[in-house]
Amino acid sequence: MEEAEKADVIFVIGSNTTETHPVAALGIKKAVRYKGAKLIVADPRRIDLCRFADLHLGHRPGTDAALINGLLKVIIDEDLTDKKFIAERTECFDDIKDSLKQFTPEYVEKITGVPKERIINAARMYANAKNALIYYTMGITQHTNGTGNVRALANLVLSTGKIGREGSGLNPLRGQNNVQGACDVGALPEYYSGYQKVNDEKNQEKFEKAWGARLSNKLGLTATEMTEAADAERLKAMYVMGENPLLSDPDINHTRHAFEKLEFLVVQDIFMSETAELADVVLPASCFAEKDGTFTNTERRIQMVRKAVEPPEEATEDWKIIIKLSNAFGYKMEYKSPADIMDEIAANTPQYAGISFDRLNGLGIQWPCPDKNHSGTRTLHKEKFTRGKGLFTKVEFIPSRELPDNEYPFILTTGRMLTHYHTGTMTRRSAGPNEHVKEGYVELSHEDANRLNIKNGEKVKVSSRRGQIDIKAKVTDMVSQGIVFIPFHFKEAAANMLTSRELDPVAKIPELKSCAVKIEK
Amino acid sequence: MKVTIDNKEIIANNGETILEAAKRAGINIPTLCHHPKLSNYGGCRVCMVEIKGMNRFVASCTTPVADNIVVETNTTNIRQSRKTVLELILSDHPNDCMTCDKTGDCTLQDLAYEYGVKENPYIGAMRQYPTEDKNPYIIRDFSKCILCAKCTRVCNEIRGVGAIDIMKRGFYAKVAMPFDEVLDCEFCGNCVDVCPVGSLTEKIAKGKGRTWETRKVDTICAYCGVGCGITLHIKDNTVIKVTPTEKESVNNGSLCVKGKFAYDFINSADRLKKPLIKKDGKFVEATWDEAIDYTVKRLKEIKEKHGSDSIGGLSSARCTNEDNYLFQKFMRAGIGTNNVDHCARY
Ligand code: SF4
Ligand code: SF4
Ligand code: SF4
Ligand code: FES
Repeated sequence: MEEAEKADVIFVIGSNTTETHPVAALGIKKAVRYKGAKLIVADPRRIDLCRFADLHLGHRPGTDAALINGLLKVIIDEDLTDKKFIAERTECFDDIKDSLKQFTPEYVEKITGVPKERIINAARMYANAKNALIYYTMGITQHTNGTGNVRALANLVLSTGKIGREGSGLNPLRGQNNVQGACDVGALPEYYSGYQKVNDEKNQEKFEKAWGARLSNKLGLTATEMTEAADAERLKAMYVMGENPLLSDPDINHTRHAFEKLEFLVVQDIFMSETAELADVVLPASCFAEKDGTFTNTERRIQMVRKAVEPPEEATEDWKIIIKLSNAFGYKMEYKSPADIMDEIAANTPQYAGISFDRLNGLGIQWPCPDKNHSGTRTLHKEKFTRGKGLFTKVEFIPSRELPDNEYPFILTTGRMLTHYHTGTMTRRSAGPNEHVKEGYVELSHEDANRLNIKNGEKVKVSSRRGQIDIKAKVTDMVSQGIVFIPFHFKEAAANMLTSRELDPVAKIPELKSCAVKIEK
Repeated sequence: MKVTIDNKEIIANNGETILEAAKRAGINIPTLCHHPKLSNYGGCRVCMVEIKGMNRFVASCTTPVADNIVVETNTTNIRQSRKTVLELILSDHPNDCMTCDKTGDCTLQDLAYEYGVKENPYIGAMRQYPTEDKNPYIIRDFSKCILCAKCTRVCNEIRGVGAIDIMKRGFYAKVAMPFDEVLDCEFCGNCVDVCPVGSLTEKIAKGKGRTWETRKVDTICAYCGVGCGITLHIKDNTVIKVTPTEKESVNNGSLCVKGKFAYDFINSADRLKKPLIKKDGKFVEATWDEAIDYTVKRLKEIKEKHGSDSIGGLSSARCTNEDNYLFQKFMRAGIGTNNVDHCARY
């Protein structure tokens, strides 16, 4: 988190950092206020961080790729690239040059709504910095090829050589506390722990030996594909641990319908979530304060989680439940404690090879940590990239599938807010946050509110092609005309009743950030 | 440069304050308004020291070292002067240690003990403010405020919020929001964490237990991916308070509203406490054996009939690495499918 202080320019795109990662935002603010760093914020909403920004690019939701391509085009045209870096550390730069032709500042202004002077200024500011950091959130997982937006950002980083040293790089901010760790240890359909492909024979053999079991080499289904498969009645049973897809997934009506078709559903959680309500068996689990283990944060730092209190009555630790279940199922598991489990992770996962609980006091260790004497890795890609050379990839601008029209004239974007978290199961059961922000709301601009004669605090109906919710209006200058925002934490006014299931073809991330809606009194 | 503090010769850094140089040398000077992560303030006068050759005491937290100075931090005169400062502060402080939640963790109380401040010779007018507890998180009792300005500095300098400031002067000075309204801000609680006295305290922790009654466990916040270090304060198997860990941590002494205040869900009455099996559309409590046996029976039937790939598992970005590792191992080696994912994509 201190890295921000080493940057000369910080570029935050698609991350409402002060609300979603408040303590990471402190580092950014400090860099700007006390270390002279410049800040560029690209976000459709006038988010709090804009107070500290030198430049705000308020692009329309869903136009990120066009904006980023536009920046890169300026950098190339004005000859601000890092030629030495491009020559030594990257390949295929010439391939993308042509594909950028159309992304002139004028064209990009038309698509994104950002004045071309700002686009040019931002490009210069970024390219001319000695060290520049990019922060972004959502939707991007390190293991897949990433979406076009991230590839576009990677192009930007590679063309200017702003990576591989402290104060430069491309940093995703992870939404949930242990997204990084869950990916690292193999909670993914295509990878074992450590991003080892399941359809690679050597890996299959390695894990068959380590686990003493026959393993499948067929890629598994992603979460969204599982919902589709359940709907098509190909998937018959599900085991859900600590997730609540019925509120967090797009198009709730559809998800519910699909889950209802399952022949058997077992849910392991700490509360009776919307998903648990549908289950055949519910297993009471423990929360973070009731178990030992590790979380891996957004900077790949593996840190100790310590048991502080006993879970209520018969609830128990998740790892213990899985062991019970597995043994009863006939696959033997024997671990005395989470420390044992980490030892096995270390044995099978190159990036975690040097990790064990006795080493994780204090600040923890950042992976890759290849052996017991290694102190961890702060900065990735110092001398070379994981794949050797950094690869430039063409990124096309594909407009959102569902654009506003006469019937549904607003673009809805969804996200998080400061006080609440995810589907609200925890924060809404905490006295302070629940008293503070009791209900959901839809943010809309003063212009739109005036036109529709909607007053702040008034109940309105928001509907899309998929559903409708009643929700309180919050008239604000956070959003521009034509755009509305709904946080997704509130089940009574669930944003995901409205969102669309359209998937990004590569990363299989639904288009939660943009769909068309209408608003009525 | 060379300085002498309490007869110890110290190599001090240019620009360092006497307080900082002393601290590095292991000499402890008491402070009330100083905080190493905030700008220097010099308001409380508790940190006074004597420099040979100067005829008045100086505040060590704001006075930079100079070459060859000789400093005394703990002479009878200095101790007397500190005692007077403390007496003055306490003359305008309610006598409420018995019921104050801060007792045992209060710098003012500790110093009064150390300097033997008992009876108060300076009886006079006392500031009396109604306690502000209308905001959702923080009890603000400004009759206990010693105007150290740590809260206003942390809010402005570290948080970049600037919600509060000291308004008015002298006897009428008070920490306040514009127009002295009920607190409405980001509610990160950082002001509470730095307040040296019982002026700012956590609403949900009120009356739940004081520091010597609690066990402390360091762990990691379970909300966002920043991974802030937190200390849980536990009494009788209940987490009664959360503070940013004092050890080295990514968050460096800061938290946000979720990490600081959203933990009482742990003891929510809604927690699932027993395994449940649905019978005729209703959940019925079951033993662990019943729930596990039934689950295994159903999963086996389905696997037999439709194959391993007809079963899927959703793991959790909220659970630990160890939970997640075992989950995917069970799905792959036990069930026999790679249908395992978590909700990172949303
Ligand atoms: S809670 Fe945080 S934002 Fe609010 S006054 Fe205190 S320091 Fe400032
Ligand atoms: S409220 Fe606490 S931190 Fe703020 S000035 Fe008063 S004593 Fe200091
Ligand atoms: S305290 Fe706030 S910023 Fe820190 S990890 Fe928790 S949720 Fe994230
Ligand atoms: S600590 Fe030095 S004046 Fe308060």
